[in-house]
Amino acid sequence: MTTSHFFQMQNICKDYFMGDEVAHILKNINLTIDEGEYLSVLGPSGSGKSTLMNIIGCLDVPTSGNYILRGRAVEDLTTGELADLRSQEIGFIFQNSQLLPRLNAIRNVELPLIYAGVRPKERRRRAAAMLERVGLSDRMFHYPNQLSGGQQQRVAIARALIGNPSILLADEPTGALDQKTGRQIMELFKTINDEGRTILMITHDMNIAANAHRVVHIIDGVLTEGGSTKDA
Amino acid sequence: MLKSVRSTIIMIHECISMSISNIWGNKVRSFLTVLGILIGVTAVIALITTVSGVSSSIASSFTSLGAGTISVSVAGSDLKEGLIKEDLATLTALAEVDGITPTVSLRAQITHAGKTSSNINVSGKSSYYFHLNEDIVTHGRELNFIDEDNISFVCLVSDEIVETFFFAVNPIGETIYINGTPFTIVGRFKEDSSSGIAAIFSGKSNIFIPYTTALKMNNSSTITNFTVYMAEGVTSDKASSALETAMDPMFSYEEDTYTITTMDSIEDTMETMTGMMSTLLGGIASIALVVGGIGIMNMMLTTVTERTMEIGLKKALGARSWQIQIQFLIESFMLSLIGGIAGVLLGLLLSLILSEVIGSTFVVSGKAIALGVGFSAAVGILFGWAPARKASRLNPIDALRSM
Repeated sequence: MTTSHFFQMQNICKDYFMGDEVAHILKNINLTIDEGEYLSVLGPSGSGKSTLMNIIGCLDVPTSGNYILRGRAVEDLTTGELADLRSQEIGFIFQNSQLLPRLNAIRNVELPLIYAGVRPKERRRRAAAMLERVGLSDRMFHYPNQLSGGQQQRVAIARALIGNPSILLADEPTGALDQKTGRQIMELFKTINDEGRTILMITHDMNIAANAHRVVHIIDGVLTEGGSTKDA
Repeated sequence: MLKSVRSTIIMIHECISMSISNIWGNKVRSFLTVLGILIGVTAVIALITTVSGVSSSIASSFTSLGAGTISVSVAGSDLKEGLIKEDLATLTALAEVDGITPTVSLRAQITHAGKTSSNINVSGKSSYYFHLNEDIVTHGRELNFIDEDNISFVCLVSDEIVETFFFAVNPIGETIYINGTPFTIVGRFKEDSSSGIAAIFSGKSNIFIPYTTALKMNNSSTITNFTVYMAEGVTSDKASSALETAMDPMFSYEEDTYTITTMDSIEDTMETMTGMMSTLLGGIASIALVVGGIGIMNMMLTTVTERTMEIGLKKALGARSWQIQIQFLIESFMLSLIGGIAGVLLGLLLSLILSEVIGSTFVVSGKAIALGVGFSAAVGILFGWAPARKASRLNPIDALRSM
């Protein structure tokens, strides 16, 4: 076993059963990502990239195949253990930030720490520090509807990072943003990766995907390596 | 272990504040949902409190009528219509008996200085009555045993009579005509403080005369109704059997010549009746609580559907199923607890108003409050269980897909 592999997927298949018909969403996916890598999965909508992200994020389990995340076989874990794994290892960022509208920015960022059982004072301190890091120290007590799209996405990034996860999983992180704001978010991603955190980003936009070190393509549930953007 | 207990406490604390903000964020809907529980608890509290207030009023009226008294009603036999003065002396002499007041009353026409009032209640009283009710006489003197023995034409008048006939005049020493017979007023008495329900049973009297005089006015020589005051420390069972032993020979051991009624037996019957009343009314009112619970369940199910995305997001952020379940359970618990507490307050207010209107005692029953709060909390958990379970079982993918 190579220790530098962050995760390793072997022959991952995912089928959905709709009545009598079987839809093969993912077909024999083999994917390896190393610690500290910045990978993007590029594919059109309906290609199965969101399903792949759900499996990587331990929200879903594959129909067949092996998935080893940091040395643990995910398919053997219970739903409770999966929840713990998500809480410890994975930071999620969704397309339209998904902040809870009734909580202000700092409370939204604190959320993962509540489920991890961190004391209120400690939570507050860490959330404030994290918001400062994403450049929102002056917006801590604003509610989501008082923030711009880019600011909301920054809050979501702070929330994804607060639990100190080893990987950041981003599903179309710039999908709802204009170009300029999207670029700013990509710069933030680069900084986060430079600090040594693994990033996996899913996108349909080639220009966005180009920000990563390595790009893989997914079309109709089949994954093909796209090579390293660094070398190009 | 310690860590997981601590993190559970942190979680629950957070759930409480989150559910308060959710409830507050949906003010109108939360209020309408809570209304069902509120009405149910209000009804339970108001009914139980009012019924227990009324029954304690009735009980205290009976007590004021005479704790430790026995009423005897004589039907008489062919040979003997009722008891004579000597029989009363025999009964008074019993060790179990402290004293006896005969009940002799008549309705009379009162005349004084050209003024006339009809249908006035006149009561015949024994001197023992004044021994028991020492402060009833406000001016003048009591009726004593000499008046009894002499069958004197003396009387005591109530404040009402004084107002009618003796405006700005001292009535004591004046003469008043009762059914045409002249009586000398020797004193004034104030209204019996034990009025209210007691007055319904004993009748309000405006004039007291010696009972021997009253018997004479009624053209009868025997007493058919009297109240026996028991000696201290004597049970009503013991006293009534002593009375039976003494009275049987007076009526030559003939059957059904008299009836002995103890206050204890009346009180027991009243207690059973009011107990049945509050159970029945409480039962009816708790139907409203069940309806309220269904309302909460309905709202919680809607909430779970509406917040599918939130649930999925929280699961993605590392929330475990039981943490989601607890959050929704706490929310429905808080919701019905708010309804329960508001219902207790409103119910108490309502029964306070009712007790003022009815004129009964207002008794705050801790049992009723505990029942109201406890029942509403139980309703919240019971009817919140299914929606919370539904929320906790949502697959995070399906939940996130709804966004």
